[in-house]
Amino acid sequence: MADLTTNFAGGIRCPNPFWLASGPPANCGEQVLRAFDAGWGGAVWKTLGDPIVNVSSRYSSVDWNRQRMMGLNNIELITDRPLDVNLREISEVKKRFPKHAVIASLMVESKREAWHQIVRQAEDAGSDGLELNFGCPHGMSERGMGSAVGQVPEYAELITSWVKEVARTPVLVKLTPNISDIRMVARAAKRGGADGLSAINTINSITGIDLDTLTPRPDVGGKSSHGGYCGPAVKPIALHMVQQIAGDEQSRLPISGIGGISGWQDAAEFILLGAGTVQVCTAAMHYGFRIVEDMIDGLSNWMNAKGFRAIDDFCGVSLPRVVEWKNLDLNYKIIARIHPEKCIGCELCYTACWDGAHQCIHLDRATAGNVHGRRTPAQVEAESARRIASTPIAKLDGANGDGGPYATPLARIPRVDEDECVGCNLCALVCPVDGCITMDRVDTGRPFESWEQRSAALAKGGQC
Amino acid sequence: MIAASDEIGRRFAEIHPAFDPQAALVEANRCLYCFDAPCTAACPTHIDVPRFIKKIATANLRGSAVTILESNILGSSCSRVCPVDVLCEGACVLHRYNKQPIEIGRLQRHAMDYFYRSGRRLPFTPAPDRAAKVACIGAGPASLACAVELRKRGYGVTIFESRPLAGGLNTYGVAEYKLRPADSLREVELVKSLGVEFRFGVNVGGDVSLDDLERDYAAIFIAIGLGPPTPMKLPGEELEGVVDALRFIADYKTAQTIPVGRKVAVIGGGNTAIDAANAARRLGAGEVYMIYRRSEREMPAFLFEYEHSKLEGVQFRLQTQPVAIRSAASDARRVGALECVRMELGEPDRSGRRKPEPAPGSNFTIECDMVIPATGQSRFLDFLSKCRGVEVKDGCVVTDPATGRTANSRYYAAGDCVNGGREVVDAVAEGKRAGLGIVSWLCGAGW
Ligand SMILES: Cc1cc2nc3c(=O)[nH]c(=O)nc-3n(C[C@H](O)[C@H](O)[C@H](O)COP(=O)(O)OP(=O)(O)OC[C@H]3O[C@@H](n4cnc5c(N)ncnc54)[C@H](O)[C@@H]3O)c2cc1C
Ligand SMILES: Cc1cc2nc3c(=O)[nH]c(=O)nc-3n(C[C@H](O)[C@H](O)[C@H](O)COP(=O)(O)O)c2cc1C
Ligand code: SF4
Ligand code: SF4
Repeated sequence: MADLTTNFAGGIRCPNPFWLASGPPANCGEQVLRAFDAGWGGAVWKTLGDPIVNVSSRYSSVDWNRQRMMGLNNIELITDRPLDVNLREISEVKKRFPKHAVIASLMVESKREAWHQIVRQAEDAGSDGLELNFGCPHGMSERGMGSAVGQVPEYAELITSWVKEVARTPVLVKLTPNISDIRMVARAAKRGGADGLSAINTINSITGIDLDTLTPRPDVGGKSSHGGYCGPAVKPIALHMVQQIAGDEQSRLPISGIGGISGWQDAAEFILLGAGTVQVCTAAMHYGFRIVEDMIDGLSNWMNAKGFRAIDDFCGVSLPRVVEWKNLDLNYKIIARIHPEKCIGCELCYTACWDGAHQCIHLDRATAGNVHGRRTPAQVEAESARRIASTPIAKLDGANGDGGPYATPLARIPRVDEDECVGCNLCALVCPVDGCITMDRVDTGRPFESWEQRSAALAKGGQC
Repeated sequence: MIAASDEIGRRFAEIHPAFDPQAALVEANRCLYCFDAPCTAACPTHIDVPRFIKKIATANLRGSAVTILESNILGSSCSRVCPVDVLCEGACVLHRYNKQPIEIGRLQRHAMDYFYRSGRRLPFTPAPDRAAKVACIGAGPASLACAVELRKRGYGVTIFESRPLAGGLNTYGVAEYKLRPADSLREVELVKSLGVEFRFGVNVGGDVSLDDLERDYAAIFIAIGLGPPTPMKLPGEELEGVVDALRFIADYKTAQTIPVGRKVAVIGGGNTAIDAANAARRLGAGEVYMIYRRSEREMPAFLFEYEHSKLEGVQFRLQTQPVAIRSAASDARRVGALECVRMELGEPDRSGRRKPEPAPGSNFTIECDMVIPATGQSRFLDFLSKCRGVEVKDGCVVTDPATGRTANSRYYAAGDCVNGGREVVDAVAEGKRAGLGIVSWLCGAGW
């Protein structure tokens, strides 16, 4: 049976690697208690610091084809509750849930004394670890905090070292993605003595503009401000950043993966790229704490199926599979194969290949002898437009219709010109039917050869 | 007895009600946006279905409506009356995906309702006026579609219609729960606003001769549809309470006072018979029987119409042939019963359907106080014989399908009078092609 218990960054223990990220779901003790009841393994408290004043509205989102909140944007600041109230609630939660992880997220002015003081207060309250919020990209950064620190490696290193002077529990540094190379700050945090890294915080964004009022969202009295973007849309960016720091010798530290995690598959992917725990904010805001049940259940079932007994068994397993482009095999070849029995005849692969790829999918199955047919999309459409169609009427057309709907007509099933297919995957990506287009390996008969090898060989050849 | 039209409205609640806006968006987003989409190919007018659906999804309802109207000026009535199961929706690839085709008809209606609700601004501007004029005979769907193609290119059009209202069977024939006359007439207004002239109450061949038209117009377009139902030649057909289906339907639709029987027998197995039977039910008849001589499998009505009719409470008397209409015991002038005979199905006949033969001695009567014959429409043979040089075969005008041109180069034709009685959308498609055919002929002739 899969064992999800986790011991993270040298001493943060928890029943499973699913933590609430610092944000609205971990705003107060009452919420965190309910979250732990629902099954969450840990929670990073909404960032503590000098209380602030928020605006309304605060959030906006990106929907995609009616799917709500594919991306979420916020202009909210750190906690707006008094520090002593938060600290008291942290103590209460720890008393009720001693085995769960409570991490205090911290952000204060860039003064050594201020950091010392809040670290002591958080640890005295009973938190199991600290997360330094160097990532908040809006509002706080205008005041010299959050991403204003996270974007300057020297500041990040200095503040981390201040914290480490007094901290007794593991110190995580939460990184901002709003920087050209996240490894620069990751390395600085490591030099400053951090015990772990959390990545990523939100990404600078403007989600959109109300086309009636012409005000960007979210609208605060006719004005808006850039916010921080998160949710499913940011997962690929977060995964890349996790891979970057996990694959970098000088940054290597335990990682708490964050960004767009909404289910167990996302979590597994972060862990495969080196995360030891994962944090969730948007998905919990969207569907509530109950989503953790399937995260735990799904991950356990997958681990059992794969034979992984513990998180460590697969943590970072996919990392070696990410290499630099120059080390990929130039002689590996795949081509698209359409499985006609599954094809529904939407012809999306055809138009995608013509307009977005290499013009090597053709509609010529029904026109024999036209093997390398080159009917352009415009010709195909013009032929259809000329065709005369009429309503089938039994009395006029003979026998009653055979009832339809019918199998995909041969003429609508596209054909891949295998000599021309470059194996880009686009058709398989657009095909709505699972398994209808497979990308099949073809043997080129040539051994592995990377660009690096090929260019080295060319250079050598050039010399002689 | 039913009188007021609001009572008709109540009894004929729509069978395909409008989407609410949220539901339309959900549905529009399901469309895959197929390339060379089969739904578009299946539509006789080739409406660019995925394009108009995409525009609904992006909240561009005006653009969606114009996309529809560019291909089909009767996009609103077609969205309501088309047998979509055997057209666009039948062709939707999602049948083979998750078995839930896109509700194209209702989405089309959604866009068209917006168009009419938001003030019916012209979808296109006609070209500057040209000298040549075309006469269209009949103001049904075929003529309306033809007239619009001509007006778009600046030609003058006069439509001659013997009835007081335009729209043809869209106004007078289609079941009320699909399309109401008011909705048919607002499309006529749209056509009128493009500059088409209408002359009502004019019976061409009677009030106005074809010679007159030939003199005053460059081309003549025939779109007279089909005639009244052919008499069944049954004893008792002259009794009170025998009303042919088309008259029965036209009367209730134009909300004249309609007596409907308590027990009604509808004779026929086609879509018109079904419409009449359903209407009789909705107008209050207690028992409605549909008398059809073959079996369910041979029934010419669309399967979905047959299924719907069963839900309306119509009782089917299959393999049954009427032999006489009997008068009532209380009143010798009125219908009292329908005498029928059972039919056995023999070998397949020329149409491939098994031939029904009366079973000797199986006569029986069905008690009823109204009989509605619905056994197919006649042809306007007399009128067509006056159209010089126009070839007619099996009662249908012979045309070149691509241009609607008849054997006489100045005469074009489309719709039921050509195709023998298909659907509104076929009449529109043929009318459109004929319109374009006339345009290219006029251009060629230097007009
Ligand atoms: C009861 C019934 C229900 C139907 N239901 C549906 C349905 O649900 N969906 C669907 O798609 N189709 C339906 N149809 C079929 C559809 O109505 C027709 O296919 C379509 O209306 C044909 O259009 P048209 O323009 O050819 O002819 P029509 O609509 O018949 O129009 C012809 C017009 O010409 C006029 N006319 C005739 N002779 C002359 C003359 N000599 N001078 C001047 N005017 C003349 C007539 O008065 C009429 O207005 C139904 C048909 C019937 C009978
Ligand atoms: C409304 C909101 C408020 C947030 N506040 C904080 C915060 O106070 N401190 C912090 O470190 N991160 C904060 N975050 C960032 C989240 O902790 C997390 O890094 C980010 O949302 C990405 O994860 P997700 O895609 O699961 O939401 C906030 C996010 C949101 C949506
Ligand atoms: S995208 Fe897939 S289903 Fe659509 S035509 Fe291509 S192979 Fe067939
Ligand atoms: S066939 Fe169906 S899914 Fe494809 S474009 Fe038409 S309505 Fe959309």
